[in-house]
Amino acid sequence: MDFNHTEDRRMISDSLRRYLSEQYENEFRNKIAYEAPYHAPDKWSELAELGILGALVSEEQGGFGGHGFDISVVFEELGRGLCAEPMLGNLLALRLYAAFGVSERVDAIVAGTERAALAVFETDAFVALDEIAMTAEGDTLSGRKSVVYGGNSADHILVVAKTASGSYGLYEVAAGDVEVLGYAMIDGGGAAEIVLDKSPAKLIAEDAADAINAALDAGRLALCAEAVGVMDVLRDTVKDYLMQRQQFGRPIAMFQALQHRLVDFSIEIEQARSIVILASSKLDAEDRALHIARAKNLIGRAGKLVAEEAIQMHGGIGMTWEYAPSHYAKRLTMIDAQLGDTEDQLRAVLDLMAA
Amino acid sequence: MRAYKRSARMLDLPVRSTRRIAIDKEETMDLNFTPEEEAFRAEVRQFLKEAISEELAQKMRTGLELTKQDMEAWHAALQTRNWLAATWPKEHGGPGWNATERHIFDEECALANAPRVVPFGVGMLGPVLLKFGSEEQKNTILPRILDGTDWWCQGYSEPGAGSDLASLKTKAERDGDDYIINGQKTWTTLGQHADKIFCLVRTSNEGKPQEGISFILVDIDTPGIEMRPIRLLEGGYEVNEVFFTDVRVPAANLVGEENQGWTIAKYLLTHERTGIAGVGASTQALAELKGLAKKLKRRGKPLSDDAIFMARIAETEIDLEAMRITNLRMLSGGGAMGTVSSMLKIKGTVIRQAINDLARRALGPAASPFPSEDVLGNLAVAPPEAAMHAADYFNNRKLSIFGGSNEIQRNIITKELFMG
Repeated sequence: MDFNHTEDRRMISDSLRRYLSEQYENEFRNKIAYEAPYHAPDKWSELAELGILGALVSEEQGGFGGHGFDISVVFEELGRGLCAEPMLGNLLALRLYAAFGVSERVDAIVAGTERAALAVFETDAFVALDEIAMTAEGDTLSGRKSVVYGGNSADHILVVAKTASGSYGLYEVAAGDVEVLGYAMIDGGGAAEIVLDKSPAKLIAEDAADAINAALDAGRLALCAEAVGVMDVLRDTVKDYLMQRQQFGRPIAMFQALQHRLVDFSIEIEQARSIVILASSKLDAEDRALHIARAKNLIGRAGKLVAEEAIQMHGGIGMTWEYAPSHYAKRLTMIDAQLGDTEDQLRAVLDLMAA
Repeated sequence: MRAYKRSARMLDLPVRSTRRIAIDKEETMDLNFTPEEEAFRAEVRQFLKEAISEELAQKMRTGLELTKQDMEAWHAALQTRNWLAATWPKEHGGPGWNATERHIFDEECALANAPRVVPFGVGMLGPVLLKFGSEEQKNTILPRILDGTDWWCQGYSEPGAGSDLASLKTKAERDGDDYIINGQKTWTTLGQHADKIFCLVRTSNEGKPQEGISFILVDIDTPGIEMRPIRLLEGGYEVNEVFFTDVRVPAANLVGEENQGWTIAKYLLTHERTGIAGVGASTQALAELKGLAKKLKRRGKPLSDDAIFMARIAETEIDLEAMRITNLRMLSGGGAMGTVSSMLKIKGTVIRQAINDLARRALGPAASPFPSEDVLGNLAVAPPEAAMHAADYFNNRKLSIFGGSNEIQRNIITKELFMG
């Protein structure tokens, strides 16, 4: 057994960590993450130059990674640096472009010259493919796609709609051909409502359900790994704060009641790290869906504990905008809401167990 | 009954109605309110129905921030019936309610989703002056709280003195007929609207830290005071830092004796607070959550048909039902007041936060947008009444931190358990 990452992955992890800590400090992040376009386009280009996007697809598809561990290594660092760039939306789109061999788009996204997003979900249909209502009419699409991550800053948007034959088709629309209503998310970064009205759409794949589910699972893995990075930072910050904060004439780290709480959530973080390692190893396996759902269920539970305890153990200061840990706690909380929360994952696990 | 009378005496309030919620060895328990109490409830309900305008109700439903004018108008509406200062006796312009009437009033206000009374003047300074203030202070300050002339805020916590409040350092030094105050206060809620601030200040370094603290009243426009906003994690602005540089305050503004401040602060902390458990507010929030669950869909079905989510609502409701009875038991008298307040605060805030958590989760990704006019208005990613649920969840993390963190409440209970 070997729990060490390959040399290549260690290198990308190290360089991404260094880049974010030097070029993407919390103060800068909190400024750009809430003002349109809700990310920093120049940083996006630099991240592409570092090879971050290339790491998310395989060599034969136009990148140099693409395995579960490539994704988790990158996203763990994005979490650690609280990166607000639209990496999730681009990961989802990139995986689909790659799966269907649209090399022109893959190359442009990997190079950082274009951005894309995936629009699957709709109001009241946020979890599974079979909930969506949008149906293609010839080569046009009408309706609304809701909370499209990175949709506000995408050049092209991949839209999922049912076809006349009942399959789930994957279409591409140009951002200029649809209404894109962008906004900041409560934890920073951008998303959009995409409103289509007989909008011209290019069919990428007629029956894309399996590929879409695989891309969404890659996205879920990415979110889980990001959460681990966020949790590591929160544990360190809480520990430092307990040691530094003096009340009743001593550092509050001296109080056993607080020590044990920090220990409890540190245990959960190690459990979270482990299940992400397992899920990373299963991204290309037959039982991928089960492992991803298990991972995101555990991440949701651990994340809630860590986020709430981190705020509580910081006291009032943990409630402030100015202090970085509150933003980490918000991100960790809202990760759970993305691509199916801890209970959605539990439902998925129960379905798979029953099958 | 006896314990209840004792607590009422502590508040200098007349004991009026007979409590029916009491544990009696001979008779069976009666968990019902008396007909008089039910009539009072109906009267409050009718008043609230008429007093809450559609515009105000809309703001409350959508969780939009109330303006200073909104809050002042609400105070004025309550005071038309002398209902603003629920804990004050009649001779000072309060309603002279007993604990049960106050409980019924709080509960009805919460169920009607009425604005909260801003507590600093009527709920905090008022009771302090009634207990410790001079006749002149009572006669000049209390009426100005009731008629809305003065908006009070609180200067207790400091950057280095939160849970360990007694270690506060802001000092007031006697200079002739004045005190000169230097230091910094923080977490001053709604200080941006305030005309006056009541502060705990250090007047002596002799003896135990608790023994050198005084309670003093300060005009916010006194030269040397600077108020700076603190932005909260969800983006809202409700707390402030207050800086004092050579602030000259008449010695007559002292409440009680010099160095009696800690006694006053403790009185406020352990002062019977029927609303501290927030049972009414939680009941209202839970009802809203159930309505939302019927409206939202998960996997093609109403969320209210989903066993996993509804199980979590059910568990929270069970906790809340028990809390309702715990609250009434405590209200009926029993247990030391400090411990009771602490228990109610811990469990009440945990339940409230659990409801906020469920409300945010019910929305799924629709909870994600940062609240803005667009998102609340034409974008409407979430149903309008639910658009603030993520922000509310984050904001209400404060409930277990402020007013004595839940950790400090546990310390109070521990002390009582082992040393009481």
